[in-house]
Amino acid sequence: MAILVLAEHDNASLKLDTAKVVTAAKAIGTEIHVLVAGHECAEVAAAAQRLDGVTRVLLADAAAYQAHLAENLAKLILELAPDYEHILASASSVGKDTLPRVAALLDVAQISEVVQVLGGDTFVRPIYAGNAMAKVQSLDDKKVLTVRASAFDATANGGNAGLESIDKVIEAKTQFVSQSLTVSERPELGNAGIIVSGGRGMGSGENFAMLEALADSLGAAVGASRAAVDAGFVPNDLQVGQTGKIVAPDLYIAVGISGAIQHLAGMKDSKVIVAINKDPEAPIFQIADYGLTADLFEAIPELIAAIKA
Amino acid sequence: MKVLVPIKRVVDANVKVRVKADNSNVDTANLKMALNPFCEIAVEEAVRLKEAGSASEIVVVSIGSKAVQEQLRTAMALGADRAIHIETDEELTPLSIAKLLKAVQEKEQAQLVIFGKQSIDGDNNQTGQMFAALTDMPQATFASEVKLEGDSLLVTREVDGGLQTLKLPLPAVVTTDLRLNEPRYASLPNIMKAKRKPLDVMAVADLGVTLKQHVKLLDVTPPAQRTAGVMLASVAELVEKLRNEAKVI
Repeated sequence: MAILVLAEHDNASLKLDTAKVVTAAKAIGTEIHVLVAGHECAEVAAAAQRLDGVTRVLLADAAAYQAHLAENLAKLILELAPDYEHILASASSVGKDTLPRVAALLDVAQISEVVQVLGGDTFVRPIYAGNAMAKVQSLDDKKVLTVRASAFDATANGGNAGLESIDKVIEAKTQFVSQSLTVSERPELGNAGIIVSGGRGMGSGENFAMLEALADSLGAAVGASRAAVDAGFVPNDLQVGQTGKIVAPDLYIAVGISGAIQHLAGMKDSKVIVAINKDPEAPIFQIADYGLTADLFEAIPELIAAIKA
Repeated sequence: MKVLVPIKRVVDANVKVRVKADNSNVDTANLKMALNPFCEIAVEEAVRLKEAGSASEIVVVSIGSKAVQEQLRTAMALGADRAIHIETDEELTPLSIAKLLKAVQEKEQAQLVIFGKQSIDGDNNQTGQMFAALTDMPQATFASEVKLEGDSLLVTREVDGGLQTLKLPLPAVVTTDLRLNEPRYASLPNIMKAKRKPLDVMAVADLGVTLKQHVKLLDVTPPAQRTAGVMLASVAELVEKLRNEAKVI
């Protein structure tokens, strides 16, 4: 039976997460449908149609779906569910919000943050902040999964899927009031090839300008530890860790971050890890490929100069 | 307004767990246990709502072995009025937990149910959402601010890319994010007082819920270990390594 993938988007563009979830779906089967639910999001559907491996795109375009509220989105997916054996979404804030509701309505379990597909019913997922990997088998007739996007490569373009409109509109009791999104010129944290992250050692929000300069010299995204977020240095959506973003870039530069279990949970699958910390005992050095014991206030400007040279 | 707060006993956040030699699960024997940090934030938020005059009663509930009573007492020492313990030695999936909590809600009729957004052991991030689905309540997950406005709840949520504010009619479900509040410490007099607060014990059978097994745990393995890296002496050396050895810049 077919696989349904919930598209991740902001009504204007399809997020790369969707292409990564499609890769996970390809490991399960070949009949892959993508649901684009939103408002005035025809462009998003068109982008989903181009994804390689996608055989059909379902477009539910209505004001009720604009804010991607779990309440009505879950009911919409429930309507479609009889045709699907697998329902997937990225383990993003929308996916994590919505899919457990879908699973409960279907009376099946959800398997969260899948990092490996071993078959149609067997999956690997991290538990205990990534300190153990659990291989689990779903005993339900329908499998509802959230996929850790950073564990899969994005599927390429090259597809030409058919488009189908869904007229069903389900209203939510919840009302969307407002949102404030962090505006940044830098790449999105989840999809960046290089991430420069700062921790408590940065000392202040102003000092993050230094990390931003380093990030710009590398074309990198900026991340942060919980300590930096709690201290108000940077907004919380930059947090990398068990409860923030889970990332796996080619290069992760941790600056002034000690390396608590909860932070490591979010970045230890990065290909190359660099740690810059003045404490040689900091746990971050145990997982860093390259460590530098140095005062970050001297090392960072030097690093920026060396990269530009 | 009555507030229901489901809580969970988990391995302390600072303990690094190890996988059992037979790969059947993680070894949690003799480890320090604690109230799940997100649940602690949920209890704190309920207590603040009571202090602000918005909540009239706070009921905490936990599902598990007899040991969870320790965390229920902790929650009462923090300000919860009474506790419900649903006793079982079985490991339950979030869906089964949500079903049991739904049965509790049918009796309690709470106007607001506050969950932690995830437990730090299972890392599922499901129970609150599932409970909301089963009870057909609106939900605001990953809350960083909760305000009661008449019959509605204004909740600011932490979403990818920033913050989002939603308005929910009551009864509603909220799941807490780390930045919702800074939980207080229980004082010794409050810990003593909590010992006398009511704690009801129920069996799963008392709730009239039939549970089934949804997921089979096949094995648990340690994550791939990273090979030890090298310590470098200078920034110049670091840049050289990144360019020529790792080839990442």
